[in-house]
Amino acid sequence: MALYPTETGLYGSFGGRFVPETLMPAILELEQAFKEAKEDPAFQEEMAYYLKQYIGRETPLYHAERLSATLGGPKIYLKREDLNHTGAHKINNTIGQALLTQRMGKKKVVAETGAGQHGVATATVSALLGLECIIFMGKEDVRRQALNVYRMELLGAQVVSVDQGNGTLKDAVNEAMRYWTANVEDTHYIFGTAAGPHPFPQIVRDFQRVIGDETRKQIIETEGKLPEAIVACVGGGSNAIGMFYPFVEDQEVKMYGVEAGGKGLPTGEHAASLTEGKAGILHGSLSYLLQNGDGQVQEAHSISAGLDYPGVGPEHSYLKDAGRVTYDAVTDEEALEAVRLLSRTEGIIPALESAHAVAYCKKLAPMMGTEDVLVVCLSGRGDKDMNTIREAHETGGDFND
Amino acid sequence: MTKAKLDTAFQTVADAGEKAFVPYIMAGDGGLSGLNERIRFLADCGATAIELGLPFSDPVADGPTIQAAGIRALEAGTTVQTVLDEVAKEKASRTVPLVIMTYLNPVFAYGVEAFASACAEAGISGLILPDLPLEEEGMVTEALKKQDIALIRLVALTSTPARIQALAERAEGFLYAVTVAGTTGERASFVDQLGTHLKALTEVSKAPVLAGFGVSTPEHVRELSQYCDGVVVGSKIVDALHQGNRQQVKDLIASRK
Ligand SMILES: Cc1ncc(COP(=O)(O)O)c(C=O)c1O
Repeated sequence: MALYPTETGLYGSFGGRFVPETLMPAILELEQAFKEAKEDPAFQEEMAYYLKQYIGRETPLYHAERLSATLGGPKIYLKREDLNHTGAHKINNTIGQALLTQRMGKKKVVAETGAGQHGVATATVSALLGLECIIFMGKEDVRRQALNVYRMELLGAQVVSVDQGNGTLKDAVNEAMRYWTANVEDTHYIFGTAAGPHPFPQIVRDFQRVIGDETRKQIIETEGKLPEAIVACVGGGSNAIGMFYPFVEDQEVKMYGVEAGGKGLPTGEHAASLTEGKAGILHGSLSYLLQNGDGQVQEAHSISAGLDYPGVGPEHSYLKDAGRVTYDAVTDEEALEAVRLLSRTEGIIPALESAHAVAYCKKLAPMMGTEDVLVVCLSGRGDKDMNTIREAHETGGDFND
Repeated sequence: MTKAKLDTAFQTVADAGEKAFVPYIMAGDGGLSGLNERIRFLADCGATAIELGLPFSDPVADGPTIQAAGIRALEAGTTVQTVLDEVAKEKASRTVPLVIMTYLNPVFAYGVEAFASACAEAGISGLILPDLPLEEEGMVTEALKKQDIALIRLVALTSTPARIQALAERAEGFLYAVTVAGTTGERASFVDQLGTHLKALTEVSKAPVLAGFGVSTPEHVRELSQYCDGVVVGSKIVDALHQGNRQQVKDLIASRK
């Protein structure tokens, strides 16, 4: 397999940097700064320090015995990104980009957020490093995630509610990009997922690959081999690419990316860009995209705000077309069921996003042998989703005992 | 004839010792059936060329006024095809050149080659894609060249000297000098160095240099036109037409002389 991206940010035919000229110099500056940082031992050391002492890495690769026994089949291991400071993998990326911001001599950052996980992770590292932080969040998400808005404000960030469009993640990205365009001289955009214009997909992947690198080392230590299969949920694709990337060359390791199937693919109300979309350009890159025949981007739907995005990172589009990763979707209902399953079998309440990956294990497990190893990226914890999960379980009936 | 029509229009203005004025309208805002009438109205007011916006769901280079116009147009069912069909109806009689401004995805979804040839059929002279920087323009250049349609490039306040040079050398139709760091929309004032920046652009550009983004009053038009070949006015025109204030449009365009 070819390793991407190319110099110009292509992953096969996907990727690129489709941004206004005003942003282009900043994009090139970022690319240069990132290249230099990668080669600078002082930067690596600083990263390693924060990953360990501040975020709490490495995260455990936990053998979920009761879950494995319940599902039958393979030994299931959970990569516990939920144990990171702030409760998800998002901070692996925000700490890296915040340090890059400092390197570029910028003192302000802007970011988008859906559920608020990336916003909280950005506000957190901004507080840590003394950066001025502004977060754009869709009006609808501000309403749904009031507590996270307060959390970001408590951390010293300014949260701007976005009225445009349907007031969800896609609109928050639009506004954050507009803000960045107007303030590009002194502001860095901390993009939250492995999408957007080059070099963001690469930067985010490289900051998130610690997930897969640790997993690889840990599974060899405990099992003496690579896993037969790996599963991760895919919103924009950052936790998944971080987990997958170090295994891409190991053809014997099967990989599964799980998208949000929302109310079911046939209803059209989902966020399954790879499963159901067509190639198109949104937020700076060419990738699979939910859009109508006229090239208008469609709204995504998912119970999980972090997966509620009509686009996806270009490297996933490439891995899909190359046949290296299988992408599939699970519904809101299946994800909710998986929340309950993992809570009851392991005492771990997963984020709704991560629950999509857990739900997919139910489909995979019966097809795997008892000596096989299945690794699941548990990208985040469920605390932020308590209200959503409670409401759904109370109205859903069948989730009660 | 497509691209040449644009060049001739600018030449005519320059020969008369005047400055160009290119108004922007959002196609489908106010109803597609009124589009040709709006084009005629703007031409009668003295527009040098007309920029026709094709709505896109996620217009990251646009401010609130044009975003709202795009939403109105999309809600009215406007598509690439319906707009091109509509303007094609008056192709034969229309003298004012038309330039399309949209984002890359609607063009990509239509098919770049098919889009270019449909534009040529409809009598479109140029194309502006604000999310297509120099690095990515290879995606459309061949197809546009084949149909003799100008790719109108944007140069920004943040563009480095090397980028300015590269953009200026490739300039065709006109070079769109973005006058603010930010999105489209009305502004009270501009940065101090803008005049020098625009003047420098006219010295290197192979095509006329037009200043746009934020230009919204007759004073702006007169001020900025001193330094370059003319202006593009978007949000103010879109807003005035939406409010039904045609006199304001007339006055604004008249201020070019
Ligand atoms: C816990 C968790 N997992 C997954 C995601 C999805 O993002 P990505 O696909 O970039 O990992 C999010 C996004 O907010 C999240 O909070």
